[in-house]
Amino acid sequence: MSDLKFFTKGKAAELRTELQAAKGPKNVGKKKAVLKKIVANMTMSNNEMIVLFEDIIDMIRSSNDLDVKKMCFLYLITYCKAKPELATGALDPLLDDAGSRESPLIRALALKTLSSIPLEDFIREGVEPTKRLLFDEDPYVRKTACLAVAKMWSHDTKIVEHSDLIALLNKLLNDGNPTVVASALAALMDITEKSSDLQLTLDHNHASKIATVLGECSEWSQISMLQALLCWTPQTALEAERMVERVLPRLQHSNAAVVLGTVRLIVYLANYSQNLLEHVPQIPTKLSSAMVNLISRQPELQYLALRNCILILQSKPQLLQGLSVKAFFCKYNDPIYIKTTKLELIYLLANDSNIGVVLRELREYATEIDVQVVRKSVRAIGKLALKLESATAAKASVDTLMYLVETRVSYIVQEAIVALKNILRRYPGRFEGVIGELCEHLDALDEPEAREAMVWIVGQYADRIDDSHLILEQHFLSTWHDEPVNVQLALLTATVKLFILRPTRGQAMVPKVLKWATEETDNPDLRDRGYMYWRLLSSDPSAARDIVHPDKMPLIHVEDEAIMDPRVLEELELGIGTLASIYLKPVRHVFRLAKPRKLTPSPCLIPRKDSDVDELKQLAEQAEKSKQPAPSMPDIASLNLGTLQSPSLAQYTPLIPTPTTGTPTTPSFPQMPQRSNSVAVHHQSQQLLDDGSGSQGYFVTQNGIAQGSQNTQNLLW
Amino acid sequence: MISAILLYNQKGEVLISRLYRDGLRRSIADVFRIQVISNPEVRSPILTIGSTSFMHCKSEDMYVVAVNRSNVDAGMVFEFLYKIVALGKSYFGSFNEQSVKENFTLVYELLDEMIDFGLPQNTEMDMLKQYIQTEAKRSGSESGSSAVSVSVPDALSRSKSMKALKRSKTITSQITGATPWRRDNVKHHRNEMFVDVVEKVNLLISPTGSVLVANVDGTIHMKSQLSGVPECTFGLNDTLRLDQEHDEDDPRSSKRGGRRGSTAPTGSVGLQDCVFHPCVKLNNFDHDRSINFVPPDGEFELMHYKCVENLSIPFKVVPSVQIVGKSRVEYDIVIKANFPKQQTATNVVINIPTPRNAAKTTINASNGKAKYDSSTNQIVWKVSRISGGSEISLRATAELTFTTEKTPWNKPPISMDFEITMITCSGLVVRYLKVFEKSNYNTVKWVRYLMKGGSYEIRF
Repeated sequence: MSDLKFFTKGKAAELRTELQAAKGPKNVGKKKAVLKKIVANMTMSNNEMIVLFEDIIDMIRSSNDLDVKKMCFLYLITYCKAKPELATGALDPLLDDAGSRESPLIRALALKTLSSIPLEDFIREGVEPTKRLLFDEDPYVRKTACLAVAKMWSHDTKIVEHSDLIALLNKLLNDGNPTVVASALAALMDITEKSSDLQLTLDHNHASKIATVLGECSEWSQISMLQALLCWTPQTALEAERMVERVLPRLQHSNAAVVLGTVRLIVYLANYSQNLLEHVPQIPTKLSSAMVNLISRQPELQYLALRNCILILQSKPQLLQGLSVKAFFCKYNDPIYIKTTKLELIYLLANDSNIGVVLRELREYATEIDVQVVRKSVRAIGKLALKLESATAAKASVDTLMYLVETRVSYIVQEAIVALKNILRRYPGRFEGVIGELCEHLDALDEPEAREAMVWIVGQYADRIDDSHLILEQHFLSTWHDEPVNVQLALLTATVKLFILRPTRGQAMVPKVLKWATEETDNPDLRDRGYMYWRLLSSDPSAARDIVHPDKMPLIHVEDEAIMDPRVLEELELGIGTLASIYLKPVRHVFRLAKPRKLTPSPCLIPRKDSDVDELKQLAEQAEKSKQPAPSMPDIASLNLGTLQSPSLAQYTPLIPTPTTGTPTTPSFPQMPQRSNSVAVHHQSQQLLDDGSGSQGYFVTQNGIAQGSQNTQNLLW
Repeated sequence: MISAILLYNQKGEVLISRLYRDGLRRSIADVFRIQVISNPEVRSPILTIGSTSFMHCKSEDMYVVAVNRSNVDAGMVFEFLYKIVALGKSYFGSFNEQSVKENFTLVYELLDEMIDFGLPQNTEMDMLKQYIQTEAKRSGSESGSSAVSVSVPDALSRSKSMKALKRSKTITSQITGATPWRRDNVKHHRNEMFVDVVEKVNLLISPTGSVLVANVDGTIHMKSQLSGVPECTFGLNDTLRLDQEHDEDDPRSSKRGGRRGSTAPTGSVGLQDCVFHPCVKLNNFDHDRSINFVPPDGEFELMHYKCVENLSIPFKVVPSVQIVGKSRVEYDIVIKANFPKQQTATNVVINIPTPRNAAKTTINASNGKAKYDSSTNQIVWKVSRISGGSEISLRATAELTFTTEKTPWNKPPISMDFEITMITCSGLVVRYLKVFEKSNYNTVKWVRYLMKGGSYEIRF
């Protein structure tokens, strides 16, 4: 018998007639048929069904058939809020059922329904039966009662907290049946997560009891228990190690949530034992193998596991020692979101010994069909050269990039040029040989970032490139007015460099560009930088050389990029396997109402390296400062702008934005060189950090997350 | 925790909607429809808007969606969604729009038992089937349909309700007991145990012929038809196992299985990354590598493993693909069967990719049938049987039309599918399977081995 014929839109009036026709104890079949139609209409959001409320209440009162009841209850739960005064009619039959001696299933069903209805009368009346059923003889009923307490608490905290339900729930933690214990824990965790003043803490006895029965209950109970064990704080390193040993077998469970719950617990406990790996040496192999296993599951779980690998590799890489980079090589038909995440892991796991294999693999991806994957692979190749400092690794990366440039596919070439720019900056004097080849691809560049990179290269090596002035003139300056600001900034710097390196060639260009930059723009950064160069060149051309094109450029470093704030990592560690671990963002940024979590202090807690935090803070502050090149406000009249036309005060002052986070302005002139030096190199280094989004951090708006995986914290761009 | 479970059809119409937490309205369903179902650009199975997250997987033509309002355990949610799909398949044969519409009240009933307050409760097939049954089954069984109901005060139905009470008690004790996957009153006329070792071979060969990835995804499926509550012990020629119990077990297993060493190399294999069905006592395995379990009744997957060492790769593929100018691609592909002569590979399919602008192909295959499929841009070469040690080859030419597209051909790998029975790639052999039960009956055991192509790819 199929339900298909019931799955159609119906009119409430007709259904009512049918309901009334089905009255009487013998018409069970007819009743069910009508009820099915009603349930179907409820599903289709046909709100007309609300008018049938009275008839349904009648049916709850009169019928004894379980199927009929179940459907009526579903109706009741769905619409009770719309008709609270009528809903109370169902209270007595529910209370009767909850007191049934007949069957534990009936009692449980009644209690389940009773506690699902968010109406005050139901909660008030529900307290007594719940108290009784919490100590029912049947564990199934006790289990249901545990969750009922949490349900009622979520509807109305006051009533529940005034009764002693929560205290009783606490008592059930000592229940003889593991499933009941797990449900009590789940209920308590649910309550404490949302409550501001309640906190769940387990002592050593409880924790050890839970660990003992862990193997004896269903997978879902194990998940709750593993989560609950985080509420236990070990007091000695030995306690922590013992616990790790006891839960280690869980890593081989077939349920991914059990596995990740165990990983979470082990990572948590690793904070409480300095020498965990010496005492339990099999952890890295087991943990790595568990993660690799998850990567052969369904794509959704793979994604979750991959994101968590990123997390653990950043917070406690020693726990995943021996994880082979090969495990993360992409399969041809992996979904895109998996491929891009795998790329990040390949980047993280690459080192001097596997660089050859890794580069060969990345080269393969870089010629794939999906543009996003291609770009990310090329970027990864470039970043590897910066990450691994050995001579061979950088050389191999550059060779791979040059191989890719030869494909002449526009987006590959552009991405490669961006990567090469950073390599040239990182290793001055080693790879200049590639510049000539790069200059052959000028026509292919249509993306701002690639153009910016190329302009930087041309400016920096203006004296090595034969016709650098022609390249700037023909390929870039001719379109000055259409370029975005970042390219204009790069062009400005490049032109000045050209002028310094080859004064005769740049002579004509500089005044033109300075004029554009200062007079024909609305962008304050561009204008400021224009004036700065202008002033510099006109006041002391010889100093300008040291500042704009010094022999030694400050070296860029990439190690800091990927590292997240230790405090954020600490919180994320406690949320391994949760949604926050996918976004790799502080929980509060994704879930505003979530309770912040952190490690509970204990004598054996390993102190966090706070020095890291300070360093990071400093770095962030520096980045913040350099981002806003503070416009100094010297006395305009004292400026000697030589033959160049001096801008009028009226034009200048009103357009300067009030610095929001800038450094305090320094009025004295002698400090200028230093600052303008930092400005001259600033946009390159900042660009690099932007790529990694490391220093910019995790400040994503609520809407930003809406685009799903696109906005997760990425290492590679 | 899960705030709501929704099922949609392909068009985005809601088929099932069940809310578990306050603070959600039914109209939440529209958000997912607009943001995911009708948005072709979505690439992630997880979408977070504000503080509300939608996590979904697909089952045939349906979206199975969980809505969450907190920082939920994502692994738990996905595992639960897969469970819904698996249970649906087991109940209705297939889990799609049609079958859900035909059984929507039953789906609601199942969900009610599977999840309470957004926390997964009880998802054991065997258990659920005892008291949530399909219409057809119900009408066939006892007259009062659900045994747990009605209390009419006459003698006959009182004894019936006593029975019902007893039955519902066994159900509840099973749900909350230590082996929720098995009831204790199973009876079978013949006690049999079927073991299927299925290995999927994953291979990735680089254009230069070096092996980039080679591993085996193995699963051991079982079908148990055993009475009572049997305790089983299962043994493989896994390295550690062998060292400990070599002497004791060898003669027995050869007597029992009779297949030991028939095809797979003798000796031991190193299994990695073992994952077990919840019925396996993990602590025992961790302690001494023994696999002990009380099996569920019927079919289940006992374990999953990986193997990377000492693999005997069944096929060697030597591709030679030459792009001649801009108008032609020439293929010369030789495949050598690298397994013993007694064995035969069946259902062999080789997919050879062609450029998108291929217009005409001429194909010459030594064995089987090869055809050009323009919709997928590949030559599909099917060979029904290949015996061990033999060699097959294919020569083909693809003529290309002129194209202005600049992007070069991205050369997807050649992929291959096949089946070979009674042989394992890893060399794994089942050594023994012991069954202990109070009544001490005899059990008939069957073992089968199957090797299949997983992601078997050759770059060129």
